[in-house]
Amino acid sequence: MPNLDSTFAALSDPTRRAILARLALGETTVMELAQPFEMTQPAISRHLKVLEAAGLIIRRVEGSKRPARLAPEAITEIDQWLSMLRNALAKNYDRLDRVLAQIEPQKGGNPQ
Amino acid sequence: MSITTGKTSPPLTLTTEGDTHVVVTRHFNAPPAVVYRAHTEPQLLQKWLLGPDGWTMPVCICEPWPGGKMRYEWANDKGHSFYITGEFVEVDPGRRIVHIERMHLPDPTPDNHIQTTFEPDADGTLMTIRMTLPDSETRAQMLSTGMAGGMEASYVRLESLLPL
Repeated sequence: MPNLDSTFAALSDPTRRAILARLALGETTVMELAQPFEMTQPAISRHLKVLEAAGLIIRRVEGSKRPARLAPEAITEIDQWLSMLRNALAKNYDRLDRVLAQIEPQKGGNPQ
Repeated sequence: MSITTGKTSPPLTLTTEGDTHVVVTRHFNAPPAVVYRAHTEPQLLQKWLLGPDGWTMPVCICEPWPGGKMRYEWANDKGHSFYITGEFVEVDPGRRIVHIERMHLPDPTPDNHIQTTFEPDADGTLMTIRMTLPDSETRAQMLSTGMAGGMEASYVRLESLLPL
């Protein structure tokens, strides 16, 4: 299971997010990735290493190439985590809704 | 990255903006002055800013004026506890709060600069919390450990539930 610290750290870089968006379209080689980003292949390779270490992408060997693709399990993991964060936040605010309903806005005193 | 929830509760949004911001919005069916009170009066905060069942806020110090301190301490029924400290920077009662906070686990996390606004919206209030972290790494760390917008109790609890 991917470590969420390294996953979110990997996602904190805009170039790496753009690489992931490109990989969402399908498996891609370093050379193909380097072109739209106007970056050198070594620079792209460094970003791919971070993404791979974070479990966000999977690479395979094909001759001298190492094409990369998205790791769907890691993407699902992030979705689930954000969903839990959202639910925790929602629970506090649902509780606040009930507190607000008990407060009389016209009166300045203690609502209890 | 943006997520939204709806159904029976008013929609909540949690969005990242740029490299260092996190923005949370929520509508409430009460006027801004009342929502503001619920965010600044300890006896009200202690009723809702709790996270999941089992957590309470035994200590709540909130001094909503420039230079005033804040200290919230949470504890659960299994003996876990943690706290945040902070300072108020600007306060416009009923409308806007600017404060700085950090979490102690027990080492302090980097300062989170937070602006909270309460605006009239339809029959109630649109609350917008805009957090600014020192850098993208700190924000990534905050999201991954689940700390956002004074909701730490919920998140720490979630973290302990997850097999990371």
